[in-house]
Amino acid sequence: MLDFTRFFVEIYPARWAILEGVGMTLVISFLSIVLGTILGIGVALSLVYGGRVQRFAVRAFLEYVRGTPVFVLILACYYLLSQLVQLTPFQAGLIALTVFCSSHVGENLRGALLALPRGQTEAAKAIGLTFRQTFVYVLAPQALRQALPAWINTASELVKASTLLSVIGVVELMLTTRQIIARNFMSLEFYCLAGIIYFLISFSIERLGRRVERRIALPS
Amino acid sequence: MSKPVLEILGLHKKFKEIEVLKGVDLEMEPGDVVSVIGSSGSGKTTMLRCVNLLEDFEQGSIRIDGEEIGYTAAPQRRRRKESEIARQRSMTGMVFQQFNLFPHLSALGNVTLGLTKVKQLPKAEATAIAERWLERVGMAERRNHYPGQLSGGQQQRVAIARAIAMNPKVMLFDEVTSALDPELVNEVLNVIKSLAADGMTMLLVTHEMKFAYEVSRRVVFMNQGRIEEQGAPEAVFHNPQSKRLADFLKNAKF
Repeated sequence: MLDFTRFFVEIYPARWAILEGVGMTLVISFLSIVLGTILGIGVALSLVYGGRVQRFAVRAFLEYVRGTPVFVLILACYYLLSQLVQLTPFQAGLIALTVFCSSHVGENLRGALLALPRGQTEAAKAIGLTFRQTFVYVLAPQALRQALPAWINTASELVKASTLLSVIGVVELMLTTRQIIARNFMSLEFYCLAGIIYFLISFSIERLGRRVERRIALPS
Repeated sequence: MSKPVLEILGLHKKFKEIEVLKGVDLEMEPGDVVSVIGSSGSGKTTMLRCVNLLEDFEQGSIRIDGEEIGYTAAPQRRRRKESEIARQRSMTGMVFQQFNLFPHLSALGNVTLGLTKVKQLPKAEATAIAERWLERVGMAERRNHYPGQLSGGQQQRVAIARAIAMNPKVMLFDEVTSALDPELVNEVLNVIKSLAADGMTMLLVTHEMKFAYEVSRRVVFMNQGRIEEQGAPEAVFHNPQSKRLADFLKNAKF
């Protein structure tokens, strides 16, 4: 069973490693969420407003990414992409997670944009807004509100997916935990700790997300 | 006779194979109030949407204050640039059946958006104009309410303020009371009436015959993509010339 006494003895020398692992998990998740969201907005815009060729290309990319397990995506970025360019595990992992995130954000935002009533665009045009202004001031604020719950979900999904980066050697929380266990053989205890930390990160994201959702909710 | 503010000449419009406008001609002088009546599918709403350039049209021309809108003048008829079209759209103010207020903006925000982004007025000036118009439609006290907090009639009055605050040459009303509960219709019609009394040029598509009778200087009856008959409201309503109009009026409610 769990040996708490030894656990507290063993955790002390591992404290910095764990913190660094958590730091790496947070950094790579954060970066891929930010970059993935930017790319995802591009994906959604191409799907909704792009020409035929652009739509087809982006759609094909999307189907491919969504039809592939994240794990495979990570391996592909690390082993296949590095045939073309030199990539550190961190870079390969970041690319994989960014692409994964962009497919989710893109699909989700596309849905939100298409769900907006046509009348919104027409009313915006009628007062003389250009297409760009219509998007920025009328459509985007509504679509982003719509897309927020799913976006929060994607964010916490991404933190969990980042554990897979341990396989290609990104020293994030999962790999750190495995390294610690390799030294002290306390697998149960340290996996539990890692689990709790992941839970806390996801839980915080969800809570923060709900707060933002409430803040930007429209009065009715 | 003063210069026409709106001229529609030989307007043709097709949806795929179906020809919905088969050559419509209409002219309006400043201060004119024209109501368009007719059964559904007669092309009235489509005509209005063409004037606001929300629909493209294959043939004919529309001029506002002498300016050819949407397309360059024949013979080299070409659709204008998107930025040009956006500018020309702001020459007309459109009020929709479904209000189409922006739900993420307050009543005031709805009215100021066009003023600050299209007319590029400073915020203070835009707010002053918006407040004046909200006051005018009786919505000043609710300027900070969001569309979701307003009744249909109130939303439609804000929508009128939003359109008219842009200082358009012509106001277009597309069945603006059709989506309203009966008890909310009058508050909207009264606002329109008072704007008409102020000399606003207005083109209305409506099913409210009594209102059309009271407010219009001219009534236009459309049938199957053409203007079948037009004239002073008294003449059109009491003395229809065509059988179609007579039949339509028989079935219309007043």
